[in-house]
Amino acid sequence: MSPVKQTMDRRSFLKVSLLASGALVVGCGRPADVDADVSAQDTWVANLYVRINPDGTVTIVSKNPEAGQGVKTAFPMVVAECLNVDWKTVSVEQAPLDDRYGRQAIGGSRGTPDGWDDLRVAGTAARYLLVAAAAEKWGVPAAECTAESGVVEHAASGRSARYETLLEMAARLPVPDVGDLKLKSRPADFSLLGKFVPGVDNKKILTGQPLFGCDLRLDGMLYAVYAKCPVFEGKVRNANVDEIRSLPGVTHAFVVEGTDDLRGLRSGVAIVAETWWQADSARKSLRVDWDTNQADSSSDYEKRAEELRAESGETLGSAGDVDEAFASASQIVEAGYYYPFVSHANMEPQNCTALYKESGELEFWAPTQNPKSARQLVANTLGISRDKIHINLMRIGGGFGRRLRNEFMAEVAWIAREVRRPVQLQWTREDDMRHDYYRPGAWHDFKAGLDDDGRMIAFDHHFITFGANGETVSGADLSPNHYPAGLVPNFRLRQSLVETNVPTGPWRSPGHSAYGWVYQCFFDEVAQAAGRDPLEFRLDMLSRSYGDVQIDRQRMSDVLKLAAKKAGWGSREVGDGRGLGLAVHYDHGAYVAYVVEVAANGSFVKVDKVYAAVDCGPFINLSGAKNQVEGGFVDGLSTANLEVTFVDGAAQQGNFDDYELLRIGQAPKIDVEFIQSDNSPSGLGEPPLAPAAPAVCNAIFAATGTRVRKLPFSRSGISL
Amino acid sequence: MSNVTLKINGQSVSIDVPSDMPLLWALRDKLNLTGTKYGCGIGECGTCTVLVDGRPVKSCLRTAERMDGREITTIEGISEDASHPVQVAWHEEDVPQCGYCQGGQILAAIALLEENPNPDDAAIDKAMADNLCRCGTYHRIRKAIKRAARYAAETGGES
Repeated sequence: MSPVKQTMDRRSFLKVSLLASGALVVGCGRPADVDADVSAQDTWVANLYVRINPDGTVTIVSKNPEAGQGVKTAFPMVVAECLNVDWKTVSVEQAPLDDRYGRQAIGGSRGTPDGWDDLRVAGTAARYLLVAAAAEKWGVPAAECTAESGVVEHAASGRSARYETLLEMAARLPVPDVGDLKLKSRPADFSLLGKFVPGVDNKKILTGQPLFGCDLRLDGMLYAVYAKCPVFEGKVRNANVDEIRSLPGVTHAFVVEGTDDLRGLRSGVAIVAETWWQADSARKSLRVDWDTNQADSSSDYEKRAEELRAESGETLGSAGDVDEAFASASQIVEAGYYYPFVSHANMEPQNCTALYKESGELEFWAPTQNPKSARQLVANTLGISRDKIHINLMRIGGGFGRRLRNEFMAEVAWIAREVRRPVQLQWTREDDMRHDYYRPGAWHDFKAGLDDDGRMIAFDHHFITFGANGETVSGADLSPNHYPAGLVPNFRLRQSLVETNVPTGPWRSPGHSAYGWVYQCFFDEVAQAAGRDPLEFRLDMLSRSYGDVQIDRQRMSDVLKLAAKKAGWGSREVGDGRGLGLAVHYDHGAYVAYVVEVAANGSFVKVDKVYAAVDCGPFINLSGAKNQVEGGFVDGLSTANLEVTFVDGAAQQGNFDDYELLRIGQAPKIDVEFIQSDNSPSGLGEPPLAPAAPAVCNAIFAATGTRVRKLPFSRSGISL
Repeated sequence: MSNVTLKINGQSVSIDVPSDMPLLWALRDKLNLTGTKYGCGIGECGTCTVLVDGRPVKSCLRTAERMDGREITTIEGISEDASHPVQVAWHEEDVPQCGYCQGGQILAAIALLEENPNPDDAAIDKAMADNLCRCGTYHRIRKAIKRAARYAAETGGES
């Protein structure tokens, strides 16, 4: 058995206290996570608190919002596992934004890896204390006592005590040293973790109870729309707001000058009414004279990329002697790939509720992935102090990275200060799709040189991506250490930039959603050109390294082999018009491989079945983990079928009639299997996405002989 | 403005609404029934699905005025304790991720099972084609509908 990787930060510390209610509170914190400006000596900082209540229930305070990634169920499971209580007695309280919690953003699949140690430390420390309390009460050695299902027992004397009877005594005992806690770490240690546990918010979701940001209703609340220029960066010259103000139900209509911050309050017209429908109806009569000076278009991007193709670009990374290796290669394979901009298209369009109080304080009820940066944005925009801003976190109807940006909060803040009543800003679907921070598109030109054995000895990669003022825009950068760096002896990554004014940002598995696609498709082409089996080719490539490799080659090989085995790769005929394709990828700490089976009828392709193998270390909730893999695959497939294009500085797609998300009939059956390794757990929100599209495209090739080198599929003559 | 009487979840309510106000916004902003969600406003996503006389209807496309006298069921009206076989199946299969679209999905599934108590994948895909799920829970929606069909059969066809 391989050793457990110790990620525990020895600077973690614990604090135990007894509340007036009689509840025992165990907090766990890491000072490194807390902003320097909240380091007042008397401020107790904690990443989370575990509270054992006098009625025997357990509450944990969760600092991160829930957006469907399952953290609200997974975290209490970890506490229950370590505290040795029935997990159903554990519930989560959603914390508001509070500097004492340190990082409070969701993104980067970091919830599980960040929470893993703190949750286990807090849960285990609480259990140690309760056992010690019982031992002291009975005058027996703590080592002779056991704790299960919320009860401490001393078998030799037949005594037992429920946790809730031990709270006061536990609070008086010395706090255990974090380093002395023996934490459960391996799947073999777990009794609850790894089981299929349905979500804790299911009942509310399934009965339609208020839960999401847009579900909030406050007394006297008004509803707002905010009309911005369809052309990015456009500003209002003037608007017929007097006329708008006279329309039914409308209480306010005014121009907002806005700022030049593309991630902040942009110029627009606010319309506020008694109901949202009246605000949006009034918007149909809105006439705005827009000042625009931007004219980005997708066709210009394409022309520019074509010009850059012929240039050498900036070398971002290299190893060996690429040119000499190409000169000695016995075979050369070249291919160019393209993918477009795409939108996040959260099912819940952006919205936020705010109340500006007479005291000058501003309270939010926000579906945001990043409340701390929102607070800073609002403070800057309104010119008010951060400590006057209070942010309550609401369940999020889909994050995918979109809600790391918070301009909708700056908008509602400005409106709330104007109207001085609670106000809910609700974007339309069109607002949402036309004012996104898109995943940028890119072009990738690949050239591989093979030796006589069909092994890649040279790899040249020209990445033509998007930039502004000579720097890659958000979400458009590629690490020179990304595989196949380290897997090929002679390697070169070159980069060229197409200038853009379009706002871009992180989009689920930033970058990887596209990089997995280009690499895994091109490797298939190389394998085919070399006359080698795509699985054997990849396993062979992973069997050796040249310098530093950013992946664990063994783990990547293992998921590939497992997915292939499940699919019967190489051992069964799939029949005419059908094909199997595979892909593997690593990002955000996890390894995911898919084998996909498709059926083709001319250019029409149906993705029938997916065999998935995943190594994310020990997973917490079998249901949540599987759901992320199933959904991540669907998202990858869906997105490969979509694009956002630009004409004259505006997005052309606005709703689900021209941005057609995958529907149920296009979604495959998915069979997921996990490798329960002893590595530290990773998150799983992002890793399942990247290998989906390339596995599908490789299967399309196997079925039809068509290489999908341009996305969406329609650009390669394929329809789903 | 016009005054309409809506029969929602078995109760009659009288409200004043603009004559062009969709049922969706009457539910959300006039009646505070926020279980019915806004997704697209053009009948493409199914997030705002309600049952009208037992049939799934996109509440963003019908005015409240035209619903006068019709039996409307929203997700709040299925059961208070999530005990309906479709809700039970949805929980046991743990269908939701973000959960935003699931109210509409459940109502569409209930209407399907009323019509076809034992649907196969093709029937499910056809009946659920109007309901988008951005999180991609389709695989589980199929499983949950089949599970609900089994439960309904076990309890004598009541669903």
